[in-house]
Amino acid sequence: MAIQAGIWALEILAIAVPVALGVAYTTYFERRVIGWAQARKGCNRVGWAGLLQPIADGLKLFMKETIIPTRANKFLFVAAPVISLVPALIAFAVIPFGQTSLFGLWASPHVMAISNLNIGVLYVMAISSLGIYGILMAGWSSNSKYAFLGALRSSGQMISYEISMGFALVTVLMLAGSLNLADIVRAQAGGFWHWYAIPLFPMLLVYFISGCAETNRVPFDLPEGEAEIVAGYFVEYSGMWFAVFSLAEYAAMILISLMTSILFLGGWNAPIPLLDIVPGTVWLLLKASFLMFMFIWFRASFPRYRYDQLMRLGWKVFLPWTLGWIAVIGIAMYVPGLSEIIGFWRP
Amino acid sequence: MNVIKRAVRTWLLTELWRGLMLTGRYMFKKKITVEYPEERTPLSPRFRGLHALRRYESGEERCIACKLCEVVCPALAIIIESDEREDGTRRTTRYDIDMTKCIYCGLCQEACPVDAIVETQEFEYAAETRKALYYTKDMLLDNGDRYESQISANLTADARYS
Repeated sequence: MAIQAGIWALEILAIAVPVALGVAYTTYFERRVIGWAQARKGCNRVGWAGLLQPIADGLKLFMKETIIPTRANKFLFVAAPVISLVPALIAFAVIPFGQTSLFGLWASPHVMAISNLNIGVLYVMAISSLGIYGILMAGWSSNSKYAFLGALRSSGQMISYEISMGFALVTVLMLAGSLNLADIVRAQAGGFWHWYAIPLFPMLLVYFISGCAETNRVPFDLPEGEAEIVAGYFVEYSGMWFAVFSLAEYAAMILISLMTSILFLGGWNAPIPLLDIVPGTVWLLLKASFLMFMFIWFRASFPRYRYDQLMRLGWKVFLPWTLGWIAVIGIAMYVPGLSEIIGFWRP
Repeated sequence: MNVIKRAVRTWLLTELWRGLMLTGRYMFKKKITVEYPEERTPLSPRFRGLHALRRYESGEERCIACKLCEVVCPALAIIIESDEREDGTRRTTRYDIDMTKCIYCGLCQEACPVDAIVETQEFEYAAETRKALYYTKDMLLDNGDRYESQISANLTADARYS
């Protein structure tokens, strides 16, 4: 029993520590890339090429005083960052980072995930929508108009985009016939022409763009709109609690990137079967890093949406489009002729 | 036809791709960052930085205590007191500039009939106390001695345009 608990603790550390480091270096990467896009150099002072900058930032935030506004609801104010961080982190529990037989030690390859859950997709959907509670609590408990407006915008936006995200997932589930993330990846094995990005390309766009909206990233960062509501739901936060919020946001970005790679870009599978000698984890992380770069590239390029445009995109474009694609895939699976074409991507 | 064209354009996100390509091109362009302590931007001869009181070549101070600079100073940063010196000329006994008040407008420099008070190109004189930024006559004359070559070179360079 104690040994099992120890192994779990090790597994959790093996995921949580790289995620925390990944978050820290995403902020660094973001500052460098946005700098390059603006013909600047970006942060290059602290450490070699500025690589210690995130550590210095973290240290600074850690040593700053956390100010709790008077008449704020103290308990909720302190609980909110934790409640938004925890779902962002525990969602990583089902992400399959690859499969390994540990150099032949095991007879069959094991999936590298803390929990190879049978309903992994549902779990991720459920957990990632819990993050909204932290944001709502932060906005309400701050006793500030701006924070409250930011929280309302954020929750409205997340609920709208959760729906199209869920329907985009349904098309993947229809093809893979499984809710297990590892099975979904295995169904896409054997070269990039087997990836779901090809039959489900519009759904890939819908899922990734909804992911931008879900994580409150540019061009959907209205909850943080500096110009009108200062910084949105975390306007009253400072010091470490503020850092926890951005930690949650970046962890959610990494999660969306990993999920998009797993669902549409073949997860740990190499783009060509020849390249399978490179470990699968490397491929997954490469794909996710590329998507993270897209997140940052969006931020460097796009202006912010207006709120009615945001709602129009979610409800009047993405929702009908995803529903339509479900119908297209569903009909194609049973129409003779088409079912053979679609069958190519089914396990 | 137009409708189809528009629909294709919308669904292929062509406008968004064009925006991304623009920023993407800039990522490989030459960076314009000037890494300040090591690299510096060129300064104009008219740059208005730290003040200095100049002397003639004989070593006699130029200032004749006419107080035009004190009068013209919009921030009231200059304080001058004057008295008669042993040789019968009028000289300042006190000439203070409070750098925390000064707005570096350069009006004192323009008002001065004898080119005594000038602003140098020196701008790195930050200090930790207000007192250290309160420049007295001795400190200003000292600045003048230290930066005289720079000041006269800049005045010559600018003389063509004034």
